[in-house]
Amino acid sequence: MTQGVLAIGLGHYLTVAAILLVLGVFGIFLNRRNVIIILMSIELILLAVNINLVAFSSALGDMAGQILAMFVLTVAAAEAAIGLAIVVVYFRNRGSIQVEDVNLMKG
Amino acid sequence: MITAIAFYVFSAILLGSAAMVVTSRNPVHSVLFLILAFFNAAALFLIAGAEFLAMILVIVYVGAVAVLFLFVVMMLDVDFVALREGFQRYAPVGATVGVVLFFELLSVLLGWQISDAAPGLRLSTMPTNISNTRAIGQVLYTNYILLFQLSGLILLVAMVGAIVLTHRDRHTARRQNITRQQERRVADTLQVLQIRNRAGVQELGIYRPKPMPQLIPAEAPARFDEAEVGHELGGDVQDHEAGEH
Repeated sequence: MTQGVLAIGLGHYLTVAAILLVLGVFGIFLNRRNVIIILMSIELILLAVNINLVAFSSALGDMAGQILAMFVLTVAAAEAAIGLAIVVVYFRNRGSIQVEDVNLMKG
Repeated sequence: MITAIAFYVFSAILLGSAAMVVTSRNPVHSVLFLILAFFNAAALFLIAGAEFLAMILVIVYVGAVAVLFLFVVMMLDVDFVALREGFQRYAPVGATVGVVLFFELLSVLLGWQISDAAPGLRLSTMPTNISNTRAIGQVLYTNYILLFQLSGLILLVAMVGAIVLTHRDRHTARRQNITRQQERRVADTLQVLQIRNRAGVQELGIYRPKPMPQLIPAEAPARFDEAEVGHELGGDVQDHEAGEH
């Protein structure tokens, strides 16, 4: 079971995950106005975390990493559902999803 | 060798589609590239030996989350061109932060090695003689049962929250009227008639559904007189029967 990661090398997996995480952070900066793309970038970041967890789990031969990846997946699904619900409600009330318009709670 | 080639191909597609997610002009394309990225990440999981997680990734992310994104993107009538403004303005900042972050991660990666004590610190050693799914089940339902239940609770709260947030009260919606339910009597809806053999219901003047009386009129809150209507209808039928005879 650990053959896969050992054959390729843990470092390769971690590099891919690092690049994916950087792309997610870059996406948040790049799409400052579009909250939907920001949510997608967060999904990418969580995916990078999951890849890291699975790679370490496979390399060390520890099931806990995969269990934790599953919990991350659960929380990511819940987060996406709530985030998109908030986006829908916000669009219904304001007619736009520009992040810069979100200042009602600024006081 | 094959594994390495597969790994590099899947990684390249994963990173390329992730780059397209954040730079694509059309959000629908972004979602589609996100789906492609998830598929390739699932392939990487497969290579790492996490078969169950790979399948879960496809089912949960592609089947639920990405489709949710797709629905929302298509449902909202957003002027996405306006949202693209400032793309060039924010690109240098994002690139700077990204490059700095990447080199930080890279420096961590280069100067890092697994401790000799690490194998001894494993929480649950991976069994070699059973399948991945079985191994996950054995650990998840014993050591992590509390967290498992808690994640179920998180999903429940998320579901309730999403429904509460997006639920819209329509005036035309049919909803439960408890007063009307309580006012309802058997005689309002149920009628026991003597139908003669082989008689058509329509020729007897019986129409279904029985016309519902206005139980809560606007100005007259008096209860509907069931005896009267019941008698009327009953009398009607009886008249018909009498006529036939």
